[in-house]
Amino acid sequence: MATTFQSALQNLRETKVWKSIFRRGPANTNRTRSLAVFGNLFLHWMPVKVREKSLGVRASYYLGSISFILFIVLFVTGILLMFYYHPAAPHAYRDMKDLQFVVSNGVFLRNLHRLAAHLMVFAVFWHMFHVFYRGGYKPPHEFNWVVGVVLLLVTLFLSYTGYLLPWDQLAFWAVTVGTNIISAMPFIGNKVRFLLLGGNIVGENALLRFYVLHVVILPLVAFVLIGIHFWRVQKDGGLTVKPKDEDGKE
Amino acid sequence: MSDAKSLSPAEMPHSAAAKEVTRRDFLNEITLGALGIAGLGSVAVTYQYFSPNVLFEPSTTFRAGNPDLYPVHSVTFLQDQQVYIVRMPEGFYAVSAVCTHLGCITQWKPDSDMIACPCHGSKFKPEGTKIEGPAPRPLPHFVISLTADGELLVDKLQIIKPSQVLKV
Repeated sequence: MATTFQSALQNLRETKVWKSIFRRGPANTNRTRSLAVFGNLFLHWMPVKVREKSLGVRASYYLGSISFILFIVLFVTGILLMFYYHPAAPHAYRDMKDLQFVVSNGVFLRNLHRLAAHLMVFAVFWHMFHVFYRGGYKPPHEFNWVVGVVLLLVTLFLSYTGYLLPWDQLAFWAVTVGTNIISAMPFIGNKVRFLLLGGNIVGENALLRFYVLHVVILPLVAFVLIGIHFWRVQKDGGLTVKPKDEDGKE
Repeated sequence: MSDAKSLSPAEMPHSAAAKEVTRRDFLNEITLGALGIAGLGSVAVTYQYFSPNVLFEPSTTFRAGNPDLYPVHSVTFLQDQQVYIVRMPEGFYAVSAVCTHLGCITQWKPDSDMIACPCHGSKFKPEGTKIEGPAPRPLPHFVISLTADGELLVDKLQIIKPSQVLKV
């Protein structure tokens, strides 16, 4: 059985299609393993070698990975929610209610999106605190620290713009209060608020603007910055690992 | 430059060569300048594009009905307009119901004779003066006048001093 499977796999590896996708051949030596990482778009920014310690739980508590996985969950559930949501009054509120009570599994998707969003804010903050207390912002990681802080802000903006979309009282007053905070900026505050809301009150224009920010502009910014963030982790020499004491203890 | 020998630009002393504007420099500057102007222009037109010219918002000028509707010593909240019509013995005035702190809609509390904000607890007197914060400013007064057919007319775009009241 095993040999049949292995010979079938061997035959598959001999085909032209397989060879055109995986040019390097099987990854069975250190050299071909590194080539497999280099030759893959999704892995090429990864280091070909990592210290075993930096893969341990205590090195990062996987907080960055958890944030990224939550981002992917939000990306997928968000796209699915978009199939039933119109960013216009009065549809927005009804669509949200339909997702809860009419659409099959809609309440599951909506709650998954909502809870993942809450968790992502929590995870990103925890990630930041962990990096801060480990001194992970110190050279040569200072640029990546700044990228991370911008990513924290993007996460908060994503949360805030998504908060308006259910178009209920909570959303309306949260955005009324939040955009009035913006108008407290000296000189340009009222202008910025007018541009953000597309008017003087939180109305249909504001809903549409927040929707476009939430589903297109901010996710794109987040994707690009996450790419830079991951890539820089490797280029700056991997995760910050606590050096060992002389007697070998951490 | 006083040197009699003819020198190619590469052989010229550095200070002299720097004064010379080469064709490449000239074209670079022209191109960068044009791109800069185009960039500023696109920022300007993008800004214009994002500022709506027509707003589908409630009118800022509205009729508040016949003055007889409002008894003396009364504060009436007009929900659609978010304005209080106050009638005191000295006359009428229109006070904004939007809290000057962060824009919540305040409520008239007849029992305690004050206007209170549900969001962060600001309190105002019926004439808009602040009793307690966090609101930074008193509630503004709007222009109130009478139409030709004797109805009250409020214009929310024009703010007046609290001392100006409409006598009917």
